[in-house]
Amino acid sequence: MLLTIQSLSKSFPGTKALDGVDFELASGEVHALLGENGAGKSTLIKCLTGAYNRDGGEIRLGGETISPSSTAEAQDLGIGTVYQEVNLLPNLTVAQNLTFGREPRRFGIINSRLQKLEAREMLQGYGLEIDVGRDLSSYSLAIQQIVAIARAVAVSGKVLILDEPTASLDAAEVKMLFDVVRKLRDQGLGIVFVSHFLDQVFDLSDRMTVLRNGKLVVTERAENLNRMSLIQHMLGRELESVEAKERVDDVTETRGKELIYFNDMGHSGVVEPFDLTIYEGEVLAFAGLLGSGRTESAELLFGLRRSQKGTVSDTNGPLTIDTSRAAIGAGFGFAPEDRKTSGIVAELSIRENIILALQAQRGWARPMPRSEQDRLASYFITKLDIRTSDAEKAIGDLSGGNQQKVVLARWLAMNPRFLILDEPTRGIDVGAHAAILELVDQLTAEGMAVLIISSELDELVAVADRVIVVRDRCHVTELTGTAVKTDTILQAIAGSNAPNKEAHS
Amino acid sequence: MNPRTFPLLATIAIFVIAYTLCAAQFPTLFSTRVAGNLLTDNAYLGIVAVGMTLVILSGGIDLSVGSVIAFSGVFIAVLLRDTGLHPIAVFALLLGLTTLFGAAMGGVIDWLAMPPFIVTLAGMFLVRGLAYMLSIESVPIDTPMYDMLQKAYYLMPGKGRLTFIGVLMLLVVAIGTVVAHRTRFGASTFALGGGIATARLMGVNVRQTTVQIYAFSGFMSGLAGIVFSIYTGSGYPLAAVGTELTAIAAVVIGGTLLSGGAGYVFGTLIGVLTMGLIQTYIVFDGTLSSWWTKIVIGALLLTFILLQKMLVHLSNRNRKALG
Repeated sequence: MLLTIQSLSKSFPGTKALDGVDFELASGEVHALLGENGAGKSTLIKCLTGAYNRDGGEIRLGGETISPSSTAEAQDLGIGTVYQEVNLLPNLTVAQNLTFGREPRRFGIINSRLQKLEAREMLQGYGLEIDVGRDLSSYSLAIQQIVAIARAVAVSGKVLILDEPTASLDAAEVKMLFDVVRKLRDQGLGIVFVSHFLDQVFDLSDRMTVLRNGKLVVTERAENLNRMSLIQHMLGRELESVEAKERVDDVTETRGKELIYFNDMGHSGVVEPFDLTIYEGEVLAFAGLLGSGRTESAELLFGLRRSQKGTVSDTNGPLTIDTSRAAIGAGFGFAPEDRKTSGIVAELSIRENIILALQAQRGWARPMPRSEQDRLASYFITKLDIRTSDAEKAIGDLSGGNQQKVVLARWLAMNPRFLILDEPTRGIDVGAHAAILELVDQLTAEGMAVLIISSELDELVAVADRVIVVRDRCHVTELTGTAVKTDTILQAIAGSNAPNKEAHS
Repeated sequence: MNPRTFPLLATIAIFVIAYTLCAAQFPTLFSTRVAGNLLTDNAYLGIVAVGMTLVILSGGIDLSVGSVIAFSGVFIAVLLRDTGLHPIAVFALLLGLTTLFGAAMGGVIDWLAMPPFIVTLAGMFLVRGLAYMLSIESVPIDTPMYDMLQKAYYLMPGKGRLTFIGVLMLLVVAIGTVVAHRTRFGASTFALGGGIATARLMGVNVRQTTVQIYAFSGFMSGLAGIVFSIYTGSGYPLAAVGTELTAIAAVVIGGTLLSGGAGYVFGTLIGVLTMGLIQTYIVFDGTLSSWWTKIVIGALLLTFILLQKMLVHLSNRNRKALG
């Protein structure tokens, strides 16, 4: 085995990002690493490339235990990485990029003729006919990506990690890249391929490893897996303890009054136009894989993305939702997927985070009285069971689950009628997980409509009254009542044995 | 042709056109005398701008250089007056000091992850204050060696004087060109300007490079200080106020991207000479206020910033076409 990882563990405050994961890579294979956001893919890769130090476990490269502490060290050991955003310098020439740090010199002066010669040699076999004397930025992303691979192979030469290399390429460019990768595999390199485009994964990989919530789910040869089983592994079942809702066949009689109508919402290239009616007191869910358009759909509803033609109205008449500000004014709320970057202000206290949206709505000229702030903070800390010693504690010090509750509290303080939660249970422990789902139940019992986006099917089945499946930027199916089951959702996500589609860009 | 060279070519074209226009009005401008004076009068600026070019290429800025020039003059003058040290020994001591000072600023910038603007601003006040500590008044320099250096020149055909400090400046530009464009240190400097995270991924020792860049700028400001003291024959703590900004202007007019990562040391020389040419023209004209220099420099700067924006835009379009 070229590379062996045994029971690798890595924790961050509040989460266990990797929990005893095993992984193997042979020479001359492309091994795909799969999982939804937060499954532990990038943590695993960062442990390999020296960006993180592992807490436990062993990494062996060619039989020897290694613990790289920097990218440079990992490179020297033979592990090269190419990231989604090209990790070369666009302001230098192709030749400078390829030979960077190893330029041919005499008396300290770089010989640029020799430099270009060496660069051309490094690019041989990659099928690129380019002028290495030009700036890297003058070439397309695909060419830059291949130059990055050429450099990684030349510098490291044993293990090549491709982290979402195709995310910004079009179909023809992907093919060009894959030809290069196959060639390198045949030359005996071990290649780790991370991608959330399943077609590409099946196209390229020899073996696949699926991670979920920091744990290894399965490692299997590609021919023994199909789309359906792979998605099942990725989305999996975690929450067997949570009871499923009582369900009836026909929901039209039990559902609440109509609340908001979305008509013809869509944005070309992002989400195909769709219609959606929201009912009072319902839990609606968007199910789908990462990149399917589920988050983008929610952003359209909330005005974060402009819909090209769509209209929004409620029972009182049309609404204009062209900015998130307007959406908040119309009684919408949105707790985004990436809590750390767009949900919380880590340096501010719990109290300040809770009143943030409310204060923004009042305007800065009318500061909220401190007594009112304190009352709200303590009310929500009790109501949502936020585990903290004090409302003045910085929110960054809380665990993931409690941070999520604060984000929820912020929106609840606004008393919205329609609340969107994008992956509300990502990266939080099982206890907090169940508590948040219970809270969703309570809220809808009081008449609020909630839209949940989640990768965890069991979670959806547990709370959702209605599930809309999003696939390839299209709202493909709506499931209600007894039809909301893991199997039916899975089938809809996988599509009827979907033929390999090109052109994910 | 590489789009990277456009700003440099534009700079050269502007200089040539401006010189031709000026010479058309005042034919005597086109002489070795004017050329020689242009080099001599701007020698200290050219030297300090070479250091500044590397700093800006790395995406940084060095606001301390003007103060360092003033400090250098006072330091030399006071030491030559009060001690029996040979000027060469004083020069060596001074260059050691200013290089260390630059290195220290680079160290603070990297170690504390502080913006270079703030760190070198602090350095600017600190060094200006130190210069005042040495002397409040202008101190004349009166040694045989200074007399010799001031009078050292090569008489070009047409009676133009190619002075020692003028030649030194050209030499510094040549060395700066090699350092920036033909060494691993230079490549690392460009890499920092392209993006620190990426540079680190490609194996650049960011701390070492940052320290070296500011040390280089410190050395160049010390050298510029020596040249300035030779040029003025004295040391004065209030000298060279605002020179850091003039140097930055020269670098940008010379076609270097203010955000770092692209540019040429040779362009900086042209930038310095362009600014010198404007000054010379105003002297020749005799009726124009010398403040016109500032106005023209302001207009030029604006032109170049717009030009650079346009180039970035063009090269993005170009990439799509090539792709």
